[in-house]
Parts: sequence; C-alpha cells; structure tokens
Amino acid sequence: MGKKILDKPFVKVEPELCKGCGLCIDACPTEVLKFHTKFNSKGYHYAFYLGDNCTGCGVCFYACPEPEAIVVYKKGYEYTGEEVA
Amino acid sequence: MASKVLQKANSFYDQYFRNPSADKKMPHYCPGCGHGNVHKFIAEALDDFEVADKTIFISPVGCSVFAYYYFDTGNIQAAHGRAPAVATGIKRAHPHSIVISYQGDGDLAAIGTAEILHAANRGENITVFFINNAIYGMTGGQMAPTTLIEQRTTTSPRGRNPHNEGYPVKVAELISQLQAPVYVERVALFDNKQRAKARIAVRKAIKNQVENLGFSLVEILSPCPSGWKMDPVDSMKWIRDVMLPQFPLGVYKDLTKEVKPYEVPEFAPSAKEIKELIDIVPDSNKKFKKSKVIEKYINPEIKVAGFGGQGVLLLGAALAQAGMLEDYHVSWLPSYGPEMRGGTANCHVNVRNIPVGSPVVSNPTVLIALNRPSLEKFEQDVEKDGLIIFDSSLIDLDVKRKDVEALPLPATQLADKLGNTRTANMITLAAYAAYTGLFSKETLYETLKTAIKRRVLIDINKKAIDVGYEFGLTHRKN
Repeated sequence: MGKKILDKPFVKVEPELCKGCGLCIDACPTEVLKFHTKFNSKGYHYAFYLGDNCTGCGVCFYACPEPEAIVVYKKGYEYTGEEVA
Repeated sequence: MASKVLQKANSFYDQYFRNPSADKKMPHYCPGCGHGNVHKFIAEALDDFEVADKTIFISPVGCSVFAYYYFDTGNIQAAHGRAPAVATGIKRAHPHSIVISYQGDGDLAAIGTAEILHAANRGENITVFFINNAIYGMTGGQMAPTTLIEQRTTTSPRGRNPHNEGYPVKVAELISQLQAPVYVERVALFDNKQRAKARIAVRKAIKNQVENLGFSLVEILSPCPSGWKMDPVDSMKWIRDVMLPQFPLGVYKDLTKEVKPYEVPEFAPSAKEIKELIDIVPDSNKKFKKSKVIEKYINPEIKVAGFGGQGVLLLGAALAQAGMLEDYHVSWLPSYGPEMRGGTANCHVNVRNIPVGSPVVSNPTVLIALNRPSLEKFEQDVEKDGLIIFDSSLIDLDVKRKDVEALPLPATQLADKLGNTRTANMITLAAYAAYTGLFSKETLYETLKTAIKRRVLIDINKKAIDVGYEFGLTHRKN
C-alpha cells in the first residue's frame, strides 16, 4: 500500500480513555473540541473533535493529562490509511 | 519535536500490567490531575533523549506512588519522603544511569525536608520533580507545608493562619539558596503557555543530568481538582489567581552554562578497593578448592535463628565468609530487634553456585535453630526434604515434621565441655559443614581469621571447629 500524506491536520480522542476533565476543550484555541452527549463506559462525557478546523497545534495533547486519550496528526503526516480512519 | 504526530510516548508501557485493576490502559489519576501532564512531559523527554532504557524512576508516597505502573524504565518506590535519599544511593551505585526523583509536596516539603535539602546540598547529579498542589492530595486534602495563607483544607477549616501553622514552604526559593544545585525553576500547568514552559523545564532538568551537570529541581504548581473540590478547568484558574501570587514562577537558579560537568568514573571503586576500605581483607588471599558437597545439600538456602547473644549472626556471616573463600556466590542478611542481647535474631544465608537473586530466605532448605522458639517458629517454613539442625542441649523438643531431615546437635553442651559456652555457634557451623560436606576444615580455620575479631579467641574456636567437624562426620547418614 502506498503512503499518503495528510493535507489537513486533525485530532482524535479515544472515547474509552477520556476522563471528561474538559481541559482540552478549554485549551483549544479554535474551539473544535466538545463534550459528547453520550457517556463512555466509565460514565464520563468524553471529548470529541467536531471534524473541521483543527490546526494541529497540539495544545490539547499537552493539556490532556492522559497518556493516550488524544492523538494529534499534523499536516504532512505520512499514513497508510489505517490509523487515519 | 519534528514529529508529525503527537501520541503516547514510548517511555510509557503499552499496557499497565502492574496495575491490579482490570483496566490496563487508563492511569489511576483523577480527571484533570496534573500528575498526568507531568508524566507525559517526562516520558516525552526520555523518548527524545533516548535514555529510557537507562533511567531509574523513583516513585514517592502520594498519588504518584504508582508511577511505576506507567513508566517503562527502571522503577523503585521509596518510603515516604525518602526519594532523594534513595536516588542518591542509586545514582552513586549506577553513575551512568539517569535517576529521576518524583515527589509531591506532602512527601518532599514535609516528611522529606531533610532528604531533599541534603541531596540538593550535596549536589547529587539527579533530577527532582516536585509536584506542588498545596495540599495532601491522596489522603483527602489535608493541610500541607505548602498550603497557602488563608487556604481552607480539611485540617485548616478556618483557613491557614500563619501565627498558628506558619507560612507556606517555598521549596524553589529554599533550594536555590544552596550552593550546589545547578538548575531550579518553578513552573505551572494552568494554561497553554505555562504548560509549554513546564514542558521545556522538565526537558531541561533531564538534559542537565544527561550532560552530568548536577542537581536540578523543577517545582510544578499542579492542579488537584478532587482535593480542592473544583472542576478541572476551575482548578486551573485557581492556580493562576490564588496560587501564583504566593508562589511566583520563574527560574530561581541556572548555572548550567557555567558549571563543569561531573566526571563520571568508569567503574569505581573496584571490589578490591572496597575490601581494603572496609578492612575485610583476610590475612592471606588464599583460595580454597570447593569441597565435595553431598548432592542434596548443594546450593543451600539457610536460615540461622536463636537468641541474640548466641552468635546467630556471626554463625551466618561465617557461613557466607567460608563460601566466599571457596568462590561461591553468597549473601548474608541479618534480621534482629534493637537489642544486642536477649531478643531473638535470625539471618538468611545463601551459598550458591549461581548468582544470588534475592538474599531473602523465606523457605530455607537448611534451618539452624539454636533455641526452642526458633525451632517452633521456623520448622513449618522449611522446604520438603530440607535439613533442620537444632541445639538439642537447649531444645527439649524433637522436630515434628516427618518430611524433613533432623540433626540434633548438643552444641552448647559440647561447648561447655570445651570450656567456653559461646563457641556453640562455631561447633554448629563445623557440624553443618562436615555433615553436608559443604566446607573443608581448612576453609573454616581460615574463616575464623575474619569472623573472630579478638585474636586470643581464635584458638578456642579452632578447637570448637574440630569438635563440631568430628560430630558432623560421625553422624553422616548419606
């Protein structure tokens, strides 16, 4: 499979690893993260990406206390198609 | 960082298998806890400097006691407040490793004040991260030394009153007054800019150690939403509005451009030097051939137990010493109460052909019991087919178990006959050595030179060895 290059940055929040603290939502300068109305299995309203306008700045990644709840893909990221679904 | 993706650092475990909880992917910290952010900064820095494999992370007591669940590094958890002391020992024993001491304010600024001050003052070449959230978080929000003036906690319900509880301890200021530390900074986690600064400070503190520059401490004002009873976003505002005026941020000391890097010795001191330093060089450097040990007694794990004053510890130490003379891998671990005589004492001894993993002997293959309580207490712990040697002149019981071998030895009586009751331990040693074939008589004679401090007593102990050896040989069953 050939490699593709990401032309638009985006952010992924893993619902099951989010504790719903809201720090990423507070930190995001473009306000593209929101609490979901649904709960995850731990009972937290998890954060999710609205789907547009992420600049890939990464502040949500460093605001988030969880090791792997947030992954930020920046512009130019090379991918094979699996992780960026 | 040039990477095009921000994701979980490699220096974290994939799955937190040490965590007994069913969920192996989610850390135990509360939502919005600052520990998580600092952990991420540290793990990222370890990745980037490629030092995770030689890092030893010291967890404190506090919420971060379980940091060893998460960091894929060497891990040690220290007693409350002692992380910098443990870090000191580890760094000196492993000068090529990166040693990180991670502490909260209850740990570092209260019970561990002496440890951090002296580690800093000695300029230990370690990195200390100090998480300051102004309370004892884990135990439910009690007042800490860092609690702010007028701050209400469960133990300062009317607010901290400086005339009663003193003023907040300002650790960064305090440590920066010492001569040795090279880098001291206070940062905070309350907004994007401050988190970026905190991340840079964490990296710098670790880099200093990679470059052997000396002692670095980063104090991090960190939220404890649960302890403060606030939501995570509000607790960030509380740091900015309430904590910051009393804990000003900034670099308090930075000598990293001026200091000369520590010279790390290759491997020092050598085993020979250590022996000379602590004066345990035997009179001669004789080596003895290994004796022919009866098969079932090879690699013994020994427990010696009795009253303090019976020479229990000396007997164990002599066993280990004899093992060294015959080039075995040995360990000797004493365990006794504060009293010199009269209490109970025991020690754990390994004499093995392979390196000793743990010096602790919970289930001995050989139990040497010099009094009745020891036999009663430890008989059940002996491995099946193990050997129990007991002083039958003092113990009016027999070994109850049928699945072990027992050798009653009237050691105290024999010693009495010899004219010195206190040689009972050496009689026992020799009887054991002869019975199992573990050591030759020559090895035991040589052992006496280091085991017996008073030279005048060597002769009588030599006779004791003759008596015990004779006894062991004549009672051999195998």
